[in-house]
Amino acid sequence: MKTLMIMNNETHTKLKLHANTIRKNIIRMLEKAGSGHTAGSLGMADIFSYLYLHELSHKPTEPNWNERDRLVLSNGHICPVLYAAMAESGYFPISELMTLRMFGSRLQGHPHREYLAGIETSSGPLGQGLSQSIGMALAERIDKGSDSNKYFYCLLGDGEINEGNIWESALHAGKEKLSHIIVFLDRNNIQIDGFTDDVMPLEPLDKKWESFGFYVQTIDGHDFNAIDIAVHNAKNQHEQPSIIIAKTIPGKGVPDFENIPAWHGKSPNKNEAEYALSELEKLEKELLC
Amino acid sequence: MLNNQLHLNTKFFDADVQKRATRSGFGQGLLEAGTENNNIVGLCADLTESTKMNVFAEAFPERFVQTGIMEQHMVACASGMAAMGKIPFASSYGMFNSGRNWEQIRTTIAYNDMPVQIISTHTGVGVGPDGGSHQALEDIALMRVIPNMQVIVPCDYEEARKATIAISKTNKPNYLRLVRENTADITTAETSFEIGRAQVFWESENPEITIVAVGPMVEKSLLATQQLTDDGIHVVVINSATIKPLDEKTLLYWAQKTNAVVSAEIHQKNAGLGGALSELFAQHYPVAMEMVAVDDQFGQSGTGEELMKHYHLDTQAIIRACKKVLKRK
Repeated sequence: MKTLMIMNNETHTKLKLHANTIRKNIIRMLEKAGSGHTAGSLGMADIFSYLYLHELSHKPTEPNWNERDRLVLSNGHICPVLYAAMAESGYFPISELMTLRMFGSRLQGHPHREYLAGIETSSGPLGQGLSQSIGMALAERIDKGSDSNKYFYCLLGDGEINEGNIWESALHAGKEKLSHIIVFLDRNNIQIDGFTDDVMPLEPLDKKWESFGFYVQTIDGHDFNAIDIAVHNAKNQHEQPSIIIAKTIPGKGVPDFENIPAWHGKSPNKNEAEYALSELEKLEKELLC
Repeated sequence: MLNNQLHLNTKFFDADVQKRATRSGFGQGLLEAGTENNNIVGLCADLTESTKMNVFAEAFPERFVQTGIMEQHMVACASGMAAMGKIPFASSYGMFNSGRNWEQIRTTIAYNDMPVQIISTHTGVGVGPDGGSHQALEDIALMRVIPNMQVIVPCDYEEARKATIAISKTNKPNYLRLVRENTADITTAETSFEIGRAQVFWESENPEITIVAVGPMVEKSLLATQQLTDDGIHVVVINSATIKPLDEKTLLYWAQKTNAVVSAEIHQKNAGLGGALSELFAQHYPVAMEMVAVDDQFGQSGTGEELMKHYHLDTQAIIRACKKVLKRK
């Protein structure tokens, strides 16, 4: 277990730069694909940068390494950020990102585990990822008891938790006290039909998850120090599964895309992509100063 | 006569033939498979005793997961366990363990090609008094349409026991369809079983009809042979325990030899065994065929026997279907 400490400046800057590159690649691949989900992908780039380039115990060149942490992307529609983070950390060439959603590509429109090594499970149909993470953690507990070093990350969207299956799995995670489960809930307040508060109000989210037996932390999902502290707090919990409610800005990094529900499910055209990339280039220059 | 090469139960036609349930054969089979292979785990959605998962759960409590009444979560959780190298058996009643959780089975199990074994008991109208809501008559259709999924419907206790052990070794998803009620022992411990193989259980001399049956309808079909023989109608009875993949070679051989087929199952006519056979024969050897099955209706309360008669699933229905198909040859 790592001791809790504030991330150093060098790591902080490195992860921000990786996140910015991930965002640029998200824009490029979505423009090329001509369809796909932009806002949630951009919004989760910081958390994916943190996980894939810093925190996950994994071997990108040996994706099936048995001792790896398991990461389940339950809301599979934001897979552009997953693919971009995997490429950024060395699972496959960056150039392959441009095959997203194309015939014959390993990068299916929603992730498929049989197409691409490193994908733990196929997802897209919502609400099923936490169940699978629980199954993985239970299997590990049968094999290793309390000696396991593996963590089971599950990434959920906020709209996704409308699904009843989520609350079934939440009940079960609480019952089993699966402390190696760390859920990130992407609290970006949008879903396809609009703002989550209008479609199906979710608050009080923290109290809901607490009542199911989770250790709940609410953070700014773009603050690397906050992400780092929350993950380490979660790892220091030995009695409860954890959920980190990460407040994110959908479309983060591209001002005209931010907080606009319409960007949930569409991809940028050529002009929009050029604009987005220029904004992200500006951010990169600021980071490098 | 009964196929003596298969070591079938010689007392099958006796009045005091032993009767046991296929769900109990599963319970025993899982105990044996779990004893042999530590990677086998069990999950159940609050029906541990009814589905006979209790036999495994009591022997291996550390490998049993009680999920409560959450069929959707249960199968997705089972998929996660399979991703870590386990061979999960997830049991519930057929109606919930194919209908309620269909999309989880499709996405997390079949699409991922995970070796999760879906165990459904209490299928068909044999559930009786519980009524139509609990009588799964659509589950074969729901499961056999999913790519990667294999569908197996054992005819008796022994076959259910062997099928349970067999599916644990496939490294594939399988759907095992079982019933609550006791049915006659047809096979014995010596009878061979292989996934994907249909077996001729009864063969009259110069047969003119091929009866293809699954589950409890194999017993009914064998019983029907007695009156059919008296009526001068010669048949073969095939137990097609694997509905997917079908044993196309055996089934086409007998269809060509007899030019008349009767299917028998406790399921909707639509898209069950009869549907699967129709697809096979229509593409390779169109043949006159009658289906003994439920005709686009829901079940209702009653005794199993009353319902089997009402929905034309008894031996008389099989005999009527044979006489009808003969006229169409």
